[in-house]
Amino acid sequence: MATVNDVVIKIATVNGTGSASANGLLRKSIFRMGVPVVGKNYFPSNIQGLPTWYEIRVTGNGYQSRSNRVDVMVAMNAQTYAKDLAEVEPGGWLIYDSTWPRSTLLDRDDITVIGIPFSRLCNENFQGARARILMKNIAYVGAVAALLDIDLDVITALLEETFAAKAHLIDSNMQAIRLGYDYASENATCPLPMKVEAMDATADSIIIDGNTAAGLACMYAGATVGAWYPITPSTSLMDSFRDFCAKYRVDPETGKRTYCIIQAEDELAAIGMVLGAAWNGARSFTPTSGPGISLMSEFIGFAYYAEIPTVIFNVQRTGPSTGMPTRTQQCDLLSCAYASHGDTKHVLLFPADPGECFTMALDAFDKAERLQTPVMVMSDLDIGMNDWMIPELEWDENYVPDRGKVLSAEQLEEIEKFHRYLDVDGDGIPYRSLPGVHPKGSYFTRGSGHTKFGAYTEDSDAYQDVIDRLLVKWETARAILPKPAIRYSKFNTAAIISIGSSDGACIEALDRLEQQNVGLNYCRIRAFPFADEVAEFIEQHEVVYVVEQNRDGQLRTLLINDIDADQTKLVSLLHYNGMPINAGFVVESVLKEIAKGRAA
Amino acid sequence: MSFIAKPNVSHPGMPKNSLGLSQRDYEGTVSTLCAGCGHDSVTAAIIQAVFELGIEPHMLAKMSGIGCSSKTPAYFVSQAHGFNSVHGRMPSVTTGANAANRDLTYIGVSGDGDSLSIGVGQFVHAIRRNLNMCYVIENNGVYGLTKGQFSASADIGSKPKKGQPNLQEPIDAVSTALSLGATYIARSFSGDKEQLVPLLKGALMHRGFALVDIVSPCVTFNDHEGSTKSYAHTRQFYHNVINMDYIPPREEIKAAYDDGEAMPIEMHDGSTIVLRKIDREYEPTSRAASFKYLRERFNAGEITTGLLYLDESRAEMHELMGNVDTPLTQLPLDELHPGKEELKKLQSRYR
Ligand SMILES: Cc1ncc(C[n+]2csc(CCOP(=O)(O)OP(=O)(O)O)c2C)c(N)n1
Ligand code: SF4
Ligand SMILES: [Mg+2]
Repeated sequence: MATVNDVVIKIATVNGTGSASANGLLRKSIFRMGVPVVGKNYFPSNIQGLPTWYEIRVTGNGYQSRSNRVDVMVAMNAQTYAKDLAEVEPGGWLIYDSTWPRSTLLDRDDITVIGIPFSRLCNENFQGARARILMKNIAYVGAVAALLDIDLDVITALLEETFAAKAHLIDSNMQAIRLGYDYASENATCPLPMKVEAMDATADSIIIDGNTAAGLACMYAGATVGAWYPITPSTSLMDSFRDFCAKYRVDPETGKRTYCIIQAEDELAAIGMVLGAAWNGARSFTPTSGPGISLMSEFIGFAYYAEIPTVIFNVQRTGPSTGMPTRTQQCDLLSCAYASHGDTKHVLLFPADPGECFTMALDAFDKAERLQTPVMVMSDLDIGMNDWMIPELEWDENYVPDRGKVLSAEQLEEIEKFHRYLDVDGDGIPYRSLPGVHPKGSYFTRGSGHTKFGAYTEDSDAYQDVIDRLLVKWETARAILPKPAIRYSKFNTAAIISIGSSDGACIEALDRLEQQNVGLNYCRIRAFPFADEVAEFIEQHEVVYVVEQNRDGQLRTLLINDIDADQTKLVSLLHYNGMPINAGFVVESVLKEIAKGRAA
Repeated sequence: MSFIAKPNVSHPGMPKNSLGLSQRDYEGTVSTLCAGCGHDSVTAAIIQAVFELGIEPHMLAKMSGIGCSSKTPAYFVSQAHGFNSVHGRMPSVTTGANAANRDLTYIGVSGDGDSLSIGVGQFVHAIRRNLNMCYVIENNGVYGLTKGQFSASADIGSKPKKGQPNLQEPIDAVSTALSLGATYIARSFSGDKEQLVPLLKGALMHRGFALVDIVSPCVTFNDHEGSTKSYAHTRQFYHNVINMDYIPPREEIKAAYDDGEAMPIEMHDGSTIVLRKIDREYEPTSRAASFKYLRERFNAGEITTGLLYLDESRAEMHELMGNVDTPLTQLPLDELHPGKEELKKLQSRYR
């Protein structure tokens, strides 16, 4: 099938061989040609020597999700050759290193197999084992460039930027590119019928992963204390914060820092540090993943009850337990929504891409301080660690941070007596005082039963008074959190609801279903507790497909629990094998339901 | 931003500190602990130490975990903020609080269960960071609040009220802290206020991690015959090896230390600690020597007390990290990012 700017290239390599920079080069050069492109990593929980894949989706119409299809496989890893071969779409292509003979048993006659002797070419042209391995990866970039018609000048320009300080590397890399490019041009029909053609669709966009964007937002939000314990896939969020702080948060004269990053001994300590810092009035946060949330639970409940602003990033990975740490899921919705013992419930934000990781990270600090409660940004591995194309991030110069109801020294001086947990304004949010500001502001922060005045209590009515007031605050949260993104089609008896990284697949599926005359309305939820608009949306439809990435339909459970949604309407479409959800899954699942007689 | 605390009520005739406050101004709510509990004596010593040091009440942060001991911050300095956290996790909360605002004086009150059983992980890591705080362990060898089970500090052979004696090695807070490089390590007894108050003062003013491990008997569950944390046992085996005086900045240092045994050590805030050895052999500035000495005395069944180790030279957490002197909470948020244009510029690498 001949296509332009609609092709999926998958590269199979071994981790620790430097293939990441080669893959980045390939992805970037397509982007620089003005063609929308996304990149996804599939990697093992291992440091060196195991199979790893990178999937580049060239997507002229800008779809963000994984396409469940491979058109061009670059099979550089003998270990996974058989599996990689089997994955190629009929009519597709497979490129392999033909230095050594390939078993004829492993063949397919419905695809085109292209042998390129990468190892031989590199052994002949480069010295040293390490250089030969690295250059072999760069050489496949050249071969793919020839096959897909990627502009060599763009690649050259990128290499020149990358190695601006090391000119000799430009030459050797360019030489390797040429080796692959020339060999492919001479020995295969180039370009393939599926190819890349320059467009003008990436001018105001960037390619970034969600963790980098979130870390950047934390720096911009003015976070000063970050505490964490390393865990995939959240680690790179703190790396990002650290890198940006190293650049923008060090006094050029004194060399002193305006930020404090503490690598805690575990997640129990990390969250304790966040609470301590927030109690003192700092913007503080911790990035983690499911196992970390489990350990943090006791403190999360404390923060809820003692009303301490707390920002947590949960970059979700596949559970239960250690699960598949390098695979994605949306599997911590329930454990985060109701983290900790007793009557607790927490504000969740659901970013759908790195752009929202940036805006929602900023919003998380505002909302945590406004609501004096934990706010969790529910990212996942797919968003956090993969390369998404998004509109350039923008800073609103009129942004005024919402520090919430914090009494100043002057205000404290004026009031007769300060009471920590009084609902003065009727919105369920009490006033706070910070340590070190004024003697009149002092109070005893505790997780034990307390009255609205902040005193210890074991009195039933006084206890219940505070617990009930927290429900008033919950309703305030519902009203001020990000609204769902809703889109209506011409037909409207059935609809899809999704969250976070399931969005891309749903958007693409809606388009495809529309082409088959199945028009569905769509609501992407952006926060928990759910806005009134979500309840209204569900009411408007006979059937609502709830698309999410976990086994148990956790979003559906939350809908029933939080807004009393009619459960007979809510049909779960669940994708939970650890790979990012794709549009094909949504389309097929919806069509299957319709075939069963469900409304469309 | 800070306010000078005004005396709550005037107490004519009561002695005043440098801020014009009386000791009453440093009190808290009425204790609800058992009558005779060692922890109440420690509370009284803390009140005296903070009063005499003239710490502004609202510049003190009182941190604790969970236990009878951890309740006590409610019983001193009502005008200070308190953070009664969760069981065993006071050190992490204090670490974050201190990271955010280095100008406050942090006192953490914990129990032996809170610090050496459930919270031993956070305890040791706070020491490693040389967190600038005064860390008090009210050590009674049991979990008071859950009715007397042994804690990790129970000595081998110590008898419970009911059941079998403890057979496991105790975790000794002092030697643990010594091995981890804590910079101020003291042990004392709730029944010896004279020794305890100066030790607490030094600990509050020390820059870095200051441990004050205080044998503080639980009258209800661990004060019987056969207990090694009872009043009687402690009085019998209590052994002060070194006397300590805390002399505030600017106060003239009396001639007393012409005496060959006296050892003045200057603190960061300009105050002085004067150590007077009772046991000539004791070397409070050598980790190795004090470790050996303490172990030998421990083996002999003695409870060694006093300021057992001091190192004023090591950098505390903020200094180790190279942080600005201003508390991070006082930095205006809009000065903490490079603005709109820079955000645009820095994204060129994502193209
Ligand atoms: C997570 C958790 N587990 C158990 C408890 C129950 N608990 C409360 S206090 C305590 C022991 C306190 O012992 P210690 O720190 O020695 O204080 P003491 O009462 O002896 O002063 C325990 C086990 C708790 N509060 N939290
Ligand atoms: S139980 Fe023991 S530790 Fe607790 S208050 Fe009573 S005497 Fe003190
Ligand atoms: Mg105890």
